[in-house]
Amino acid sequence: MPVNRPPPALEKAKRIKLLDIVVISIVAVVIIAIYYRVEHVLVYRWNWGLVFEYFVRIDEATGDILPNLFLKGVAMTLRLAFWGTIIAAVIGIVMGLCRVSNSLFLKAVSRLYVELIRNIPPVVFIFVFYFFISSQIIPLLGLDNIAYTASPNTIAVLEVLFGPIGLFTNFLAGLICLAVFEGAYITEIVRAGIQSIGKGQWEAARAGGLSRFFVLRDVILPQALKTILPPLASQFIILVKDSSIVSLISVQELTFLTQDVSNTTTQFFESWMLTAALYFMMCFPLAMLFQRFERTGLGIQKH
Amino acid sequence: MSNSEASHFLQIKGLGKWFGQFCALWDINLEVNSGERVVVCGPSGSGKSTMIRCINLLETFEAGEILIDGEKLVNNPKKILAIRRKVGMVFQNFNLFPHITVLQNLMLGPIRNLNLSKSEAAETAMKYLEKVQIPEQAKKYPSQLSGGQQQRVAIARALCMNPEMMLFDEPTSALDPEMISGVLDIMVELAEGGMTMIVVTHEMGFAKQVADTMVFMDHGEIVEVAPPEQFFTNPQSDRSELFLSQILSH
Ligand SMILES: Nc1ncnc2c1ncn2[C@@H]1O[C@H](COP(=O)(O)OP(=O)(O)O)[C@@H](O)[C@H]1O
Ligand SMILES: [Mg+2]
Repeated sequence: MPVNRPPPALEKAKRIKLLDIVVISIVAVVIIAIYYRVEHVLVYRWNWGLVFEYFVRIDEATGDILPNLFLKGVAMTLRLAFWGTIIAAVIGIVMGLCRVSNSLFLKAVSRLYVELIRNIPPVVFIFVFYFFISSQIIPLLGLDNIAYTASPNTIAVLEVLFGPIGLFTNFLAGLICLAVFEGAYITEIVRAGIQSIGKGQWEAARAGGLSRFFVLRDVILPQALKTILPPLASQFIILVKDSSIVSLISVQELTFLTQDVSNTTTQFFESWMLTAALYFMMCFPLAMLFQRFERTGLGIQKH
Repeated sequence: MSNSEASHFLQIKGLGKWFGQFCALWDINLEVNSGERVVVCGPSGSGKSTMIRCINLLETFEAGEILIDGEKLVNNPKKILAIRRKVGMVFQNFNLFPHITVLQNLMLGPIRNLNLSKSEAAETAMKYLEKVQIPEQAKKYPSQLSGGQQQRVAIARALCMNPEMMLFDEPTSALDPEMISGVLDIMVELAEGGMTMIVVTHEMGFAKQVADTMVFMDHGEIVEVAPPEQFFTNPQSDRSELFLSQILSH
């Protein structure tokens, strides 16, 4: 029997080397220099305290601690991201399936949708589409009446899910814009995933007597899912960041409210640096989480 | 066996097939009786796969017609499902579904097309896994099997639909040499059981053993149809003679 010899210890790359110290020093010097220039050349007065006040506020009458603009913005951004992902995923799956369907018409619709959105700047799309939905679709839904007809409990639940009831149509407009926009990218992800499955699988499934529906459901989609999930996860993170574009149509999410804070306080640098940190804190953990899923394979059979 | 129209299980009349401008099949005529074993051979690219893929409508065709059980093939989803119940197919590259177990591979068609219950489908699946002599592999995934075992699973998968005819497209071409005989044995057994079969293969030993009819194709056409005794000893066309000399020379 061979002796069980331990493997040679590999040198870990964890020790800090001279080069690392040099790089870190340079970065530190640059940051300090910028800070110095902002303060002394632009004669900018840093006031982080003032900006931090916009996290929570104390209700003067009751003494309750209430969320202020930053937290409200984060909440709204998270709502947009959550519902936006669900709706965009549904749009993406439906349009992705249209793209690989037999019907020339459905293929054309899906292609047109994807190409339109990919070839128009997001900002322009948002304005055009917002005009369309706010004037055409939302009045049709008659949502403005909900605030007057629903019970207080229903309203409380709705407010957690969709934000302040008064801003509901505003939120919905932003949500639809965002979902339609991101849905185009998810369509492409779904299409690529389905098309990554070899012709042989389609043929074997069809020759085995499966209808088109079951070919997709039982054979193609379960396999395509492995290809689809990693880019879908990245797209979700992109969606969180992209949600800031709906600030352009006055949806009161983090970016929009940061403009408020920076205008009222005139502490421009602090407000936006703080918001950058808040976006980072939303996206980075998600990225880590998805990376972990990818390593562990999301519990999907690896065969 | 009588030669009357009624007893032909499969009739191909004037079949023509184009890929764009390229004519892959031209004026194919072939009749196959119930229980008949037809072996198709010919050079690579001669249209053998394309022809048998037309029979279960994996390919559409532009000219001619195909009748199965006297009924004309039409491109209509319901009819296609019925055809695929009657005609099973085995591919060169097995094409097992890699994300589900061997047993689930076998159960899918019967559940989705024959509307069997799960337990009925599992029972059928085990029956055919025993027939191809690998019941112990039922719970494994296709990637855990050897090529020969995978091809046997593919044969069992087609048999689970209880087809009246089986199409084989070079079923041993992708196999390591030591795996080939195991798969051919299964096919011989199937032939002896009376299955109607069309087999595209270059295994001439197998052809001599089971074929009732040899079909030789070249350049999208059927060049010769003959009983094996005649085909192997006295081919009627130069092209089949050349092909045979090439394939039997080593
Ligand atoms: N999907 C396709 N598109 C274009 N040409 C094809 C396609 N499938 C097959 N062909 C062509 O048709 C001819 C016959 O192919 P095939 O039936 O696969 O031949 P064989 O099985 O006899 O080797 C070949 O020349 C091949 O290149
Ligand atoms: Mg071929």
